[in-house]
Amino acid sequence: MTAADALGFVLAAVARLITGAQGHWKGVPPKAEQRIYFANHQSHLDWVLIWATLPSDLRQQTRPIAARDYWTTTPLKHWLTREVFRAVYVERERKEGKIDPLAPLAAALEQGDSLVIFPEGTRSAKGLPQEFKSGLFHLARRFPHVQLIPAWIDNVQRVMPKGEVVPVPILCTVTFGAPCNLQPAETKTAFLARAREAVVALKPGGVAA
Amino acid sequence: MIYDTLTTLKTLDAQAQIGLLFLGLFGGLSLVSAGTALYALREQTAADVRGLRRFVADLRAVWIGAVVFWLAWITGASGATFLFAVISFLALREFVTLMQTRRADHRSLALAFFIVLPVQYVLAARQEFDLFTVFIPVYVFLAIPVLSALGGDPLRFLERNAKIQWGVMVCVFGLSHAPALLLLQFPNAHDRGPFLVFFLVIVTVAAQIFEEIASRRLPRRPVARAIDRSFGLRAWFVANLGAAVVGGLMFWITPFKLPQAMVMAFIAGGAGTLGEFVMTALKRDAGVNYWGNSRAITGAVGLLDRVAALCFAAPVFFHSVRWYFQLKN
Repeated sequence: MTAADALGFVLAAVARLITGAQGHWKGVPPKAEQRIYFANHQSHLDWVLIWATLPSDLRQQTRPIAARDYWTTTPLKHWLTREVFRAVYVERERKEGKIDPLAPLAAALEQGDSLVIFPEGTRSAKGLPQEFKSGLFHLARRFPHVQLIPAWIDNVQRVMPKGEVVPVPILCTVTFGAPCNLQPAETKTAFLARAREAVVALKPGGVAA
Repeated sequence: MIYDTLTTLKTLDAQAQIGLLFLGLFGGLSLVSAGTALYALREQTAADVRGLRRFVADLRAVWIGAVVFWLAWITGASGATFLFAVISFLALREFVTLMQTRRADHRSLALAFFIVLPVQYVLAARQEFDLFTVFIPVYVFLAIPVLSALGGDPLRFLERNAKIQWGVMVCVFGLSHAPALLLLQFPNAHDRGPFLVFFLVIVTVAAQIFEEIASRRLPRRPVARAIDRSFGLRAWFVANLGAAVVGGLMFWITPFKLPQAMVMAFIAGGAGTLGEFVMTALKRDAGVNYWGNSRAITGAVGLLDRVAALCFAAPVFFHSVRWYFQLKN
């Protein structure tokens, strides 16, 4: 076991202890198929939670997206995202029409890896997710054989609100829904709206503030 | 006749008694499990299957409880204290999840989980029972609202604080009295602590089971229909008389005499069933019908449901014993 594997194991255990990390597979079973999971984004912990929820064989082939300008600045951050999570790096600053910003994601999908993406692009602490960015649509069109799985992450924003350092133990769930692939002749706007609704529809009842 | 047998049992030494207890406990559980497995083979209606599934889930919880209990016994007082601290942590986590808290409560919650909880259990383990008794009701009672106020959010301030205080009282303060019992020293009976915890747990469980049965058999007169349709005072009283009899049958493992054991069992059982009733009211408020419906509501895992009675019974039982026997530590 390498240091990265060990750290991954510890992180998943801590995530379980603090949040319970319960995965509810409502629409699909947790199978090792190639998938793009897309979810609401409320906290930095979102990725760790989804990752801790996945069974360990799926964990190895499921990768997050990380902004290169933030996650490669220090050796530690770089090592964490590269070795532990095997992140796919993307450029946040779009250089004038030079390269396709989705190229690294496409490369990962061509290798057969699964991805977790947060199509809102940014964290939204207030209730329902914002409008989805178009990246999801382009990936859906280019990789029709990859299943698109909506997921709702519940309660994470209560575990560690912005600006706090100590997480508070509060149970969180990730609810995975049925695949939401691109329909023939579906427009971009219609697809993105449908994808967002698919995520929102998975929100559990109760008191999640 | 029965009394003679029980008195003879009382003269056995601790090792023999504990052996008998665990034999009885695990033997009984094995019989029930075997019976359930046989019953499950029969042809059944859908309602039977649902009932059976509930029963199997409960049975599994009892098994886990029994194994935890056995682990607590073999690891001694420190192991038991640690185990109860873990259960406390999980129960408080579940409780806080179901309560509406706001951003400004973050520090109070961190205090409750990472400082109050460990300190309370360390106090229990070190047998500092005077500080143990007042630490949460006095010091933490002040510290939590101060931290919340520093958070700078006046919205529903009293309500939010009340929830956190209450959660800490029930899940930490209440439950920490179970391992504290382990360490209670009686002047003329050494090492009776583990037996007292055993006594407490069995008596509370018995009271719950009897209440379930009594509320089905007796004509129902619910006193608070909106909260619990099966909770009636008569069933409650009968259930606790049942618990008192169970307690009486176990008097040989306690430092009590027969009547004392029965009264203590009545008190513990009564506190436990009333505590469960209070928890039902709390669940209704949080919109949960049964803590275990985890798919509908994030946070309802079902542990709190199972320890609730103990959370209320343990402190009442502990302080009754301590007061009645005038124990100094």
